[in-house]
Amino acid sequence: MELIVAITIGVLTAAGIYLILRLRAFPVILGLTLFTYATNLFVFATGRLAVGLPPVLNDEAAGYSDPLPQALVLTAIVISFGMTAVLVLISLGAYLEAGSDKVEYTTDDDDMMAKAEQDEKTEGAA
Amino acid sequence: MVSGSVLLPVMVMLPFLGALLPGLMIRAGRNVCSSFTAAATAAALVLLGVMTPEVMGGGTITAQINWLPALGLNANFMLDGLGLLFAGMILGVGLLVIFYARFYLSGDDPMGQFYTYLLLFQGAMLGIVVSDNILLLLVFWEMTSLSSFLLIGYWKHLPEGRQGARMALTVTGAGGLAMIAGMLILGNIAGSYDLSVILQNREAIQSSDLYLTALILILLGAFTKSAQFPFHFWLPHAMAAPTPVSAYLHSATMVKAGIFLMARMWPVLAGTPEWFWIVSSVGLVTMVLGALIALFKDDLKALLAYSTISHLGLLTMLLGFGTPMAATVAVFHIINHLTFKAALFMSAGIVDHEAHTRDIKRLGGLARLMPLTATIAIVTALSMAGIPPLNGFISKEMMLEEVAHTYWWGGEWPIIIVATMGALFSVAYSFRFISHTFFGPVRNDYPHHPHDPPIGMLASPALLALLVILIGLFPAAIAEPLVRVTAGAVTGGELPDFYLSLWHGVTPALFMSMAAVAGGIVLLVLHRPLDKAWIATPRPHAKAMFDRTIAGVASLTTWITEKTHDGAISRYLAIFTIATVLLGYAAYTGGGMPAPTREMLPVPPLVAVGFVLLIVATGAVVIMHRHRFRGLIITSVVGLMVAAGFIYLSAPDLAMTQITVDTVTVLLLLVALHFLPKDTPRDSTTARRTRDALIGIVAGIGTGALAFAFLMRDVDTISDYHLANSYKGGGGDNVVNVILVDFRGYDTFGEIMVLGIAGLVLFALMEALLGGPVSKRIRNMALPEDRSRDRHPLMMVIATRVMMPIACLVGIYIFLRGHNLPGGGFVAGLVISIAVLMQYMASGFGWAQERKRIEYHSMIGMGVVVAALTGMGAWLAGEPFMTSAFGYFQVPPFEEFELATAALFDFGVFLTVLGAVMLMLYSLSRLARYAGETVNEEPMDYDPSQRIDAAIEARKDER
Repeated sequence: MELIVAITIGVLTAAGIYLILRLRAFPVILGLTLFTYATNLFVFATGRLAVGLPPVLNDEAAGYSDPLPQALVLTAIVISFGMTAVLVLISLGAYLEAGSDKVEYTTDDDDMMAKAEQDEKTEGAA
Repeated sequence: MVSGSVLLPVMVMLPFLGALLPGLMIRAGRNVCSSFTAAATAAALVLLGVMTPEVMGGGTITAQINWLPALGLNANFMLDGLGLLFAGMILGVGLLVIFYARFYLSGDDPMGQFYTYLLLFQGAMLGIVVSDNILLLLVFWEMTSLSSFLLIGYWKHLPEGRQGARMALTVTGAGGLAMIAGMLILGNIAGSYDLSVILQNREAIQSSDLYLTALILILLGAFTKSAQFPFHFWLPHAMAAPTPVSAYLHSATMVKAGIFLMARMWPVLAGTPEWFWIVSSVGLVTMVLGALIALFKDDLKALLAYSTISHLGLLTMLLGFGTPMAATVAVFHIINHLTFKAALFMSAGIVDHEAHTRDIKRLGGLARLMPLTATIAIVTALSMAGIPPLNGFISKEMMLEEVAHTYWWGGEWPIIIVATMGALFSVAYSFRFISHTFFGPVRNDYPHHPHDPPIGMLASPALLALLVILIGLFPAAIAEPLVRVTAGAVTGGELPDFYLSLWHGVTPALFMSMAAVAGGIVLLVLHRPLDKAWIATPRPHAKAMFDRTIAGVASLTTWITEKTHDGAISRYLAIFTIATVLLGYAAYTGGGMPAPTREMLPVPPLVAVGFVLLIVATGAVVIMHRHRFRGLIITSVVGLMVAAGFIYLSAPDLAMTQITVDTVTVLLLLVALHFLPKDTPRDSTTARRTRDALIGIVAGIGTGALAFAFLMRDVDTISDYHLANSYKGGGGDNVVNVILVDFRGYDTFGEIMVLGIAGLVLFALMEALLGGPVSKRIRNMALPEDRSRDRHPLMMVIATRVMMPIACLVGIYIFLRGHNLPGGGFVAGLVISIAVLMQYMASGFGWAQERKRIEYHSMIGMGVVVAALTGMGAWLAGEPFMTSAFGYFQVPPFEEFELATAALFDFGVFLTVLGAVMLMLYSLSRLARYAGETVNEEPMDYDPSQRIDAAIEARKDER
């Protein structure tokens, strides 16, 4: 079980980082989602694995899994949703403003922005 | 009688407190403003006066306030003879300057600002001279650099002022940095940062290997501050400041901070050959060079600035000799220089104020037009030249006497000749200052016709000039006690047998003095041809060199920044990932690994299926991410499998949260994707993709291996405490929930605020976006038209309507049981928000919006307020913030139930989560309306009942 959890964390991390390194906003968001899964699992796993021992007090329970990482991960899941939402809106805004959802700034973009400015000026003049 | 240990810190604080007043008082007028400023300084001066008798009696006043004892940084103050002299100078001259500035500043100058800066500087300077902790001293030291920067640049409209301020800050700031390093070394050698301890450790410090390093670093700080060669160039440029500032900071006090520091450290640093060679040589060179340049300066203030540099060099040289007598002379000259130089600066300021020029070549004959000013200036300038019976004469004689006994460069003669040259130039520029400004014919082309200023402006320099004469005539009565106490503090031991008097008998120094006066007069007579030769001689210009250096540094940093920060964020991330992996690898190879202590758990077949599903789905996301819809949907499969894993691995709370959050996330991304391109073009080359894949795989292997490593080993955890106290202390069986709302309630409180802020940010960003040019663009955007023709199908509307109360019931149930069973505010908030979202989706935006009773913003606010009030409720019971209380109650016919304040806190969490999630989705979906999407007012696209009515009508018609 430990091995497959570790492999899962590894695979999710690898996939997440690969997608985060893409050049468009949307795959970056997907990558971030995968990477969040990996991180949450990683933090969760620091409490070690336990099967059938939920941290809910019970007179018959043989033991409990570690509740602290679970509490940390619970808030992390909710917060990461907030972060994803902000990121989505920012990339959406960037796309609507610039007409491209590239995450990187290149010299081509300089030209494009100069052109956009020119357009706006002519528009204003007209 | 209040003891000195209380008065001392109060005295240091007074200028800082006083600095708050001018800005307020300026509204009551300029006189009130300056009076209040003066009052702060005067009060500090009175306190100093109260403490003076004890110090003059040979005592030392100390005050200890522990600030950061762990760092050795304590607010310890000490007032001994040296501190007393400097504190008296700072406060005394400060008072005179405040008075003088009242008349000097014009109506256009913001006076409140000026006095605030001045008092800040005063407090910082006072702090330096009474600090008993070198770290505290460094803090004050940097503060003087900063306040000096503000004061030099006070006339912000003048480019010289701004450049001069920048230069002063750069030079003194850089020196200050070097000094910090030196002081830290010193403190480490002595084992304490307290000055009084360091001063006891002369042997340990001088025999340390790091002595020379520490010495050079500390001297860099002192030399830059006191404008010693080759750092002297900033001082003349600092003269762009208003004259009161020049008189105060750049002649009387701040530039003496370096001298003060050398005097303070004298007992532990001086007396070695290194000290002698570095300090006395630098001082000598500065003295001669400063005096020489001063002779050829036409600007009165520049002349005085170079003269100040020269005198600072003299003091440095005397301290560098390392003998107690030389140090005593230095102390005496500090007093004398203060009196005549501050008066001279003020006189120069008066001339500038009256004649509207400081150019010596455009002046002359002022003695007849402004006799009072001329008298003051002439008396003080003669003292500067070292003419009897003024105080400058006495200390100069004593300086030359010391020089005559000093071996330097293989004998006494080299230094005698060089020092006499310095004195000679000094006489020459002093005489030039007098004769070219005040004597000669009265001209008729002054920019402004000069006459003596009001008495208020003259009072300060006149008082100083009076001191110049009195100390000259009666040195033993006026100055000797103070010199004795101060010199005793500097040398830290027995004082040599000395007495101050005007006539020292026929000594070598007298002949050197006479030679200097004679030579100075010759130079003055020959000034015109010499000046031509000086102007014709090429020489290095410090400002140009400084500017070139700064430009060089700036272009170097620009180059580095542009090479490493090229704007490609994926490059930064790649570098960051690789660096982290390498560090992890280094840690792995560097540290030992204990043997595994845990057995591996078995993998049941169902889990294996889930695992394979997860891995395949992750691979599918990577391969298909270019098709965005598909990528998104498959990502949710991964999320579902992770949630399933949480269930299996005993984390039911996490599973519930994960599933609900994923649902909301997918909805959010679907809305966003409506406006984004549906496919990702292939931007990167195969090589780049291979590189990124390699980075990802390496990082994945690293993270996975790390996880596997710790999963196989046991750990000590603080969770046992949580498990043991969850029921007893928190009144709940679900430990995860008790941790969230009780043990770590503070964290949760912060987290819901973050979430609430994220929701509001989203709303604000959308508002800004829709208010800008984007809204026009959206309206003209070609959005995909392939959509369901029945957007609000009958079945879905009915089903969600039925499900709404059930979903709410589930949410409330999950909320209520959260304290004892998996659930709680977070999950409940998400469940209810999904229930509401279903209504939006099924029955349409407009219809759902119309039926919304509470604004989502206020829901976020209410949630945070409820949580905060619950936390604060603990105060009423006299407990700390966020302490929870609970009790068990029985109300027939119900079973016994529990009420806990934690549930109220959880309700706050619930409200915030619900509000934030709804606000986010609501904000995003507003885009659709701007894009021209029609909004239905009716719950369904067509009303079946109307259709039936119509059919009935039609049938009726048929009949």
